[in-house]
Amino acid sequence: MRKLSAFNLMALLLGFAFLYLPIVILVIYSFNASSLVAVWGGWSTHWYAELAKDAPLIDAAFISIRLALVSATAATILGTCAAVALTRYGRFHGRSLLGAMIYASLVLPDIITGLSLLLVFVAFSIDRGFWTVAVAHTTLAMCFVAVVVQARLIDFDMELEEAAMDLGATPLRTFVAVTLPLILPAVAAGWLLAFALSLDDLVIASFTTGPGATTLPIRIYSAVRLGVKPEMNAVCSIMVGVVGIAVIAASLLAKFNPARRKRAQF
Amino acid sequence: MTGSQKRTFAQKLVIWIPYAWLLVFFLVPFLIVLKISLSHFALARPPYTPVLDLSAGWHGIAAFIAGLSFDSYALIGSDPLYLLSLAKSVEIAAFSTLLLLVIGYPIAYGIARAPRRLHAALVVLVMLPFFTAFLIRIYAWMDILQRDGPLNQLLMALDIVREPPVWLATDTAVYIGIVYSYLPFMVLPLYASLEKLDESLLEAAADLGCRRWQVFWRVTLPLSSPGVRAGALLCFIPAVGEFVIPDLLGGSQTPMIGQTLWTEFFGNKDWPTAAAVAVVLVILLVTPILLLQFQAMQATDRG
Repeated sequence: MRKLSAFNLMALLLGFAFLYLPIVILVIYSFNASSLVAVWGGWSTHWYAELAKDAPLIDAAFISIRLALVSATAATILGTCAAVALTRYGRFHGRSLLGAMIYASLVLPDIITGLSLLLVFVAFSIDRGFWTVAVAHTTLAMCFVAVVVQARLIDFDMELEEAAMDLGATPLRTFVAVTLPLILPAVAAGWLLAFALSLDDLVIASFTTGPGATTLPIRIYSAVRLGVKPEMNAVCSIMVGVVGIAVIAASLLAKFNPARRKRAQF
Repeated sequence: MTGSQKRTFAQKLVIWIPYAWLLVFFLVPFLIVLKISLSHFALARPPYTPVLDLSAGWHGIAAFIAGLSFDSYALIGSDPLYLLSLAKSVEIAAFSTLLLLVIGYPIAYGIARAPRRLHAALVVLVMLPFFTAFLIRIYAWMDILQRDGPLNQLLMALDIVREPPVWLATDTAVYIGIVYSYLPFMVLPLYASLEKLDESLLEAAADLGCRRWQVFWRVTLPLSSPGVRAGALLCFIPAVGEFVIPDLLGGSQTPMIGQTLWTEFFGNKDWPTAAAVAVVLVILLVTPILLLQFQAMQATDRG
């Protein structure tokens, strides 16, 4: 068993403190009774009660959740197809272009993705609103799903699928009966990731949204632009909770590997 | 499976549906951005001319081509605002990437040296903040860096400073924001390559008389260079076009290029100039993106 040196331990402790303290501070401040954010006035759930009365904010939250459900589902289907195509179909015409588009949209600044999608919608005179944001989020999130599922597909070899094909299964049946169960945890993790991405996005939604589709991040942004607000601490704490649970669930799912478990039984 | 084999209809669909989606919503949009960057600003809907009128046939296309102009690019080239803003973005992104490397390396190294059963949990712990709402994590720093915020309270209590320093609306705050939000992008690829490192090489170097820092400098660091490259590219590329972090934490002296684009589009409603800024930004980022993609595809094919 290896032992951590004092230096390694220190790096880990400081690193995790840096990553987590700001979130902890935010959650603590959301329970601050004082209306001045920086002055501590004792514990209170006042700002959470205040939120319940803020109808536009609640509307925005529901729009964001609906949006995340729609775009995560579409992104998971498209992203899984892309991952299968990239890892299982050998070389096909335009394979590297598909890979290039996926990696480029992962790293390209949001502001470019947002602007270019908006200009497409304008060029084809499509009215902007809920569905244009959904298309934009699907496009971004499917690339994240593709990378997550692809990592899983590379992880296990093709023997199982080849065995199924040798036994006479059609490619479609092989996919449904063999490949899909094996990659399901990664597919589910990809869905949750896409959900979190959509719930969180400000820049792309700002470009592609229209009347009646103001998402939660757009509302939060316009509220905090000019400074911190106690209600926003409460909204943000709730979002941290929701997204945090989704991501922990996703990572547990990604670890769950039916293939490995079955192998261990032999 | 080889490429020469005949594909079933279902397989063709699996390839072509995501392919077509990305072509329509990722590649075509770029061509349209390029086209609009060559248009004139106009007080119309949409706010640019010429608009391609295919119903007018060849005549319409000819009129469209005659109407294209490089005015927006000339504006970007001549107005120092754009060049300064570009230079500032590259400077901030490059320096942040360096900071991220220096801060991320010890963390990745610590995870790679930890007992193996802890690896998965530690990796999740690094990833978790990345997915807990980016906007909110930047907002948390607005709380912390306020004049009377927790950071200054701590510094005053420890007698490190007498007067509360100003953090918000400075470049320092932007660096803190970028390092904080992009840290997982740096740590994960570094960890991936450090984890594969063969420890017997380190022992061999030590046996042959290398000091600890020499082992690090001559063995560990060169062997982790794929991780360093991937991490640096993953951080640098999006950081150049960052909008939210400089907008919420930074000052108003020199905006980053993402803010300039945002202002042109939402403030001045000058779509051709905003599109031209986007094109310049993409040209600037094409090389790093291709490098990243090359590395990623290599890894896929090896697996």
